[in-house]
Amino acid sequence: MAANNYKHALFCAIVTLIISFPILGLNLEAEGVKITVTGAETSTHIAILLAAVVVFVFQAFRDSFMGALGKLPKLNPLVNKKPMEQSKRVKLESWIMTGLVVLALFWPFFVSRGSVDLATLVLIYIMLALGLNVVVGLAGLLDLGYVAFYAVGAYTFALLSEYLGASFWVALPAGALLAALFGLVLGFPVLRLRGDYLAIVTLGFGEIIRILLNNWTNLTGGPNGIGGIPDPTLFGMEFGRRVKEEGNTSFHETFGIAYSGEHKVIFLYLIALVLAVITALVIRRFMRMPVGRAWEALREDEIAARSLGLSRTAVKLSAFTIGAFFAGFAGTVFASKQGFISPESFVFLESAIILAIVVLGGMGSQLGVILAAIAVTILPELAREFSEYRMLIFGAAMVLMMVWRPQGMLPMRRIHIKLKKQE
Amino acid sequence: MSMLVLEDVHTHYGKIEALHGVSVEVNRGEIVSLIGANGAGKTTLLMTVCGTPQATSGRIILQDRDITNMPTAQIMRSGLAIVPEGRRIFSGLTVEENLHMGGFFNTKAEIRETQAHVYELFPRLKERELQRAGTMSGGEQQMLAIGRALMSRPTMIILDEPSLGLAPLVIKQIFEIIGHLRDEGITVFLVEQNAHQALHLADRGYVLETGKIRLHDTGKNLLANPDVQNAYLGG
Ligand SMILES: Nc1ncnc2c1ncn2[C@@H]1O[C@H](COP(=O)(O)OP(=O)(O)OP(=O)(O)O)[C@@H](O)[C@H]1O
Ligand SMILES: [Mg+2]
Repeated sequence: MAANNYKHALFCAIVTLIISFPILGLNLEAEGVKITVTGAETSTHIAILLAAVVVFVFQAFRDSFMGALGKLPKLNPLVNKKPMEQSKRVKLESWIMTGLVVLALFWPFFVSRGSVDLATLVLIYIMLALGLNVVVGLAGLLDLGYVAFYAVGAYTFALLSEYLGASFWVALPAGALLAALFGLVLGFPVLRLRGDYLAIVTLGFGEIIRILLNNWTNLTGGPNGIGGIPDPTLFGMEFGRRVKEEGNTSFHETFGIAYSGEHKVIFLYLIALVLAVITALVIRRFMRMPVGRAWEALREDEIAARSLGLSRTAVKLSAFTIGAFFAGFAGTVFASKQGFISPESFVFLESAIILAIVVLGGMGSQLGVILAAIAVTILPELAREFSEYRMLIFGAAMVLMMVWRPQGMLPMRRIHIKLKKQE
Repeated sequence: MSMLVLEDVHTHYGKIEALHGVSVEVNRGEIVSLIGANGAGKTTLLMTVCGTPQATSGRIILQDRDITNMPTAQIMRSGLAIVPEGRRIFSGLTVEENLHMGGFFNTKAEIRETQAHVYELFPRLKERELQRAGTMSGGEQQMLAIGRALMSRPTMIILDEPSLGLAPLVIKQIFEIIGHLRDEGITVFLVEQNAHQALHLADRGYVLETGKIRLHDTGKNLLANPDVQNAYLGG
């Protein structure tokens, strides 16, 4: 057993050497038209060797490492306690949610502009993750192309404003509905697919949308993207220094306060907050309605669900459509926040991150998904000082997280729906 | 007064024909048993009635309506319920939620009433109301599968090997319940490996061999038939 361990560890260390030496240990230098290969500095070579040693030690003692990791105190205070009674738990969760929202309402007035901006991004990810949670967490349909619907929402706003001069408030429902329509359209061909096949087809769909946006230069501007997307207005009041659109007034003049760039940022943040709350509430409602139970039934056993007269088509399409709808919501807000969008914002990595949020949050639980969205968006920002290593740190954190709590931060404890006893 | 009629039904899996022209008739209020060896096509026959897979030729009539080309969802909402092979309960859902899924298309008042009735038939389910269905014993799961099928208030129920893998005592209980269902006026179409008990209970029986009906007769006559005794009743 032990010998086997060492053999395996040695193998891993050698693989580490083979992979890292050509990448890090050799430098390509261009001299005119010629390219020469030179060895890197000795310190790099030492680092590579060191890395191999670390890999060896880790692999050799992996079992004890992993064991220790598993024994780490659980951060989640609910873990060691007996599961709370359902009614209490539901209440506690709604209290926490309400608390979070109230905190989020006042918080932007006390922090820097950058933080508010980041928080808006967090809210956008919360909307995205809550929407994807319907598809993946509840209905059990692995969708790797979710970013496509996000892109549809964002581009709907960008194009509507560019060609028709539409405002945020017109584009918001339009973007969401169009994204929902795309969800419906994608839903049809994938109805019969499950698991891996479904994942691959949705992945392809996500790429098709991105490539389409990239190449349809006449309409979308291709890789140059679309700029000048307007900010949202508040009852016809604009937040810029000067009024751009005729008929609008400006916010700071109406209220007789000094102009500040912060108003706009905070306003957008508040819009995102309201939309995120709406998303959470609407999806919560769906989860308790028959359609929510139908999603779960289909995830648990498709044949049984169909034997009860549920239509696979209706159930799957509803999940896809509703998930896509909220991605469209998020996309519109994103376009407004950035003022400029290009296909680069809608790459596969984005889908992967949203999926990671859903999985980390614990598939199905809303509070878990919200906490995970906060963590996943803020962590890379905090690690910004480590610049090029931040994605590495991010990845390592995710791996550790999955080893430590494979069921996610707050695994979904299902809410049992009881019929009210007859009065 | 026929409830369900299959006329010369052929069913294919891809290019392979699994049913070679099967004709079966189940009358209102009867228990009809279908017996046959492994792979004879019993499950295929039942699934064809439910529309997955659909029959490639022939006709299936349920309560005087031609359901041959209807989608499964529609068939399963017209008074027919199935207890599928291997139970297929929703293991992550509680017992009660499983039952509610069974009554998905009924009103709340109907669900409440039917649920109370199911608990009367299976007091064990009542005791385990809030337990996750996947953590129950095989017998309890089978009871739940039957209870879930009853929740849609069917006029006809199809059972695919309800005794599979259960202890004799539980099997006896299940067969008693099936008899009771007939007394309530529900038509029963029962597929069983357990030929002895199935034919005892049944008004009539069919013997399926490699996708064809070999014999059909009253339950009593089939029990006495030497061919059936040799092949299915262990001599
Ligand atoms: N999905 C399928 N695809 C292809 N062939 C199938 C499929 N399902 C069943 N078959 C084939 O059809 C034939 C009949 O199978 P079926 O499951 O109906 O038998 P059965 O009588 O129910 O057997 P058992 O008593 O073991 O449940 C078998 O030869 C089987 O291999
Ligand atoms: Mg079978």
